[in-house]
Amino acid sequence: MTSDARVVDDAPAAGPTVALGAAPEKRIAGSSRLRPLRLTGWYTLLTVLAIIVLFPVYITVVRALSTPVAYSDARSPLYPVAIQWDVFWRAATSQGLSRALLLSAIMTIVITVAQLVTSVLAAYAFAFLEFPFKKTLFGLFMATLMLPIEVTLIPNVQTISDLGWLNSMQGLTVPFLATALGTFLIRQGFVGVPADLRDAARLDGYGHLRFMWHVAVPLARPVIAAFTVLSFLAAWNQYLWPQSVETLDNWQTAQVALSNLPTAEPATYNVGVAGALIVALPVLIVLLVFQRQLVRGLTAGAVKG
Amino acid sequence: MTAPVAVATADTALADAPKPKRRRRRRYHAGEVLAAYACLAPSAVIFAVFMYYPLYQLFVEATHQSNSFGTKSRYVGFGNIGDVLGGSDFMSGLGHTLLYVVYTVPAGLILGILLAVAAHRHLRGIKIYQTIFSSTVATSVAVTSVIFLTLINPSTGVLKIDILNNPDWALFGVSWSSIWQNIGLSFLIVLAGLQAIPEELLEAATLDGYGPVRRFFKVTLPLLSPVLLFLVVVLVVFALQSYAQVDILTQGGPAGATETLVYKITQNQSPRLMSNGAAMSIGLFVVTVIITALQFGLLSKRVNYDQ
Repeated sequence: MTSDARVVDDAPAAGPTVALGAAPEKRIAGSSRLRPLRLTGWYTLLTVLAIIVLFPVYITVVRALSTPVAYSDARSPLYPVAIQWDVFWRAATSQGLSRALLLSAIMTIVITVAQLVTSVLAAYAFAFLEFPFKKTLFGLFMATLMLPIEVTLIPNVQTISDLGWLNSMQGLTVPFLATALGTFLIRQGFVGVPADLRDAARLDGYGHLRFMWHVAVPLARPVIAAFTVLSFLAAWNQYLWPQSVETLDNWQTAQVALSNLPTAEPATYNVGVAGALIVALPVLIVLLVFQRQLVRGLTAGAVKG
Repeated sequence: MTAPVAVATADTALADAPKPKRRRRRRYHAGEVLAAYACLAPSAVIFAVFMYYPLYQLFVEATHQSNSFGTKSRYVGFGNIGDVLGGSDFMSGLGHTLLYVVYTVPAGLILGILLAVAAHRHLRGIKIYQTIFSSTVATSVAVTSVIFLTLINPSTGVLKIDILNNPDWALFGVSWSSIWQNIGLSFLIVLAGLQAIPEELLEAATLDGYGPVRRFFKVTLPLLSPVLLFLVVVLVVFALQSYAQVDILTQGGPAGATETLVYKITQNQSPRLMSNGAAMSIGLFVVTVIITALQFGLLSKRVNYDQ
């Protein structure tokens, strides 16, 4: 991958990102304006596609709001039956889920913050410093991308168990306190920092930490923001690892707690469904608020290197 | 906790380091080297303990056979890895996983292209549609599984489809949830690719008398191919790692019909079965390495549109 100064550019149009809403200025097929008929056609197509994509979510909301027995008596209609408006409140405050949500939140914050710190530090070394075995170490760092938790699961559970960290916050978080993806992405942002700036900072007597914090990190902010959003999503959505090291019910994270739903009491099935929607909410908010950063992170490898 | 301590160490090391001099060739500056290793240490420790040591440990476990209590183990040799990887259990897991790739990857590719082409135009309110199409990127596998379980429940669902209890079709049914969940990511990646294509190229094609369909297949699609290859790799990796959807929707059933590779690994964790599980993990690792090597090969050949 080549270095690319544009990674540090915050302008939505120039960055390695797709800008939602930033459609081409002109219509692709020539410069004539869309005729009303075609315009209607496009909106119809887009709306039909949107309805298809959202249909499963809509039905889930309907199921959450409906009283289960009344809903099946009404033969599963497309609208809610005997609505229980308080279902989301009941789900969020139910003993199991509220604890699981709190656990997930703490786990996610710990992992995201730690990954940010470890990745910025490592990326700084690879981007700005010269040291023996630099290439070898970079190779070893990147090779960890081929060792996902699915592969290392069995020995890692063993390690956590040996450390006495089953059913603990350490067990949930420690294996994920560093990630090669973060090192890679943030390094990409750092190598775009112009050499002139480095020299100027050095002449001003900046040490490593001051240069890192006051020059490099602010300039690489778009990439760092993108990685933060990715890291948050990945941590919040984890399933296999929390399930493997949290064997007690009261140590279940929110995602793992969802697996109890298929065996839930039919009479309160809708509370479980509402719980799933609540678990999805934090990431949905992140998606809406940090859309540009998320898209930049997800497509970082797709368009440019 | 490890992290703050490690950071503090790095801090002091950096503060103590003398000011770097302007010298960058071959000979290293002691302070700079120290600062570099201090910066790398936190990540290196995590990678060593939770990635490289487990890789070594997998080979140890796969070549040793334990008794049921895990109290005694004896060396059974590397042949055991071959036996497990050639055995019917691993093969059926690999088969289900590859079938999952076949079910989810082409569908993700086609849906991504379809939605991105539809939403890549200058229309009022297009951003709303783009947000909707990308929204499934936020849902986790677990949440998606609950949504599908609710949707197709044979007795109470809106679509009463009894597919998850049918051994021949259950895996296909499970894959629907992944296909839906992958829509957001596929859409975003293809849209990024479309937005990177210079408009002049498409206009030139139009002036040359290309119709919309011919222009799409002769100009857009070839230019999009590096992005599509990247998307394929991402989708294949997702499919290889599929586990939560199986755990929630079918628990591997009916009759083991939906036991993917990762699901098989989780089923072989007990002391007595651990050597099987470790050998299967090595198998998954080999598949992952092949895919990653393929990915790097593709990425290095990638076209850079912006230049």
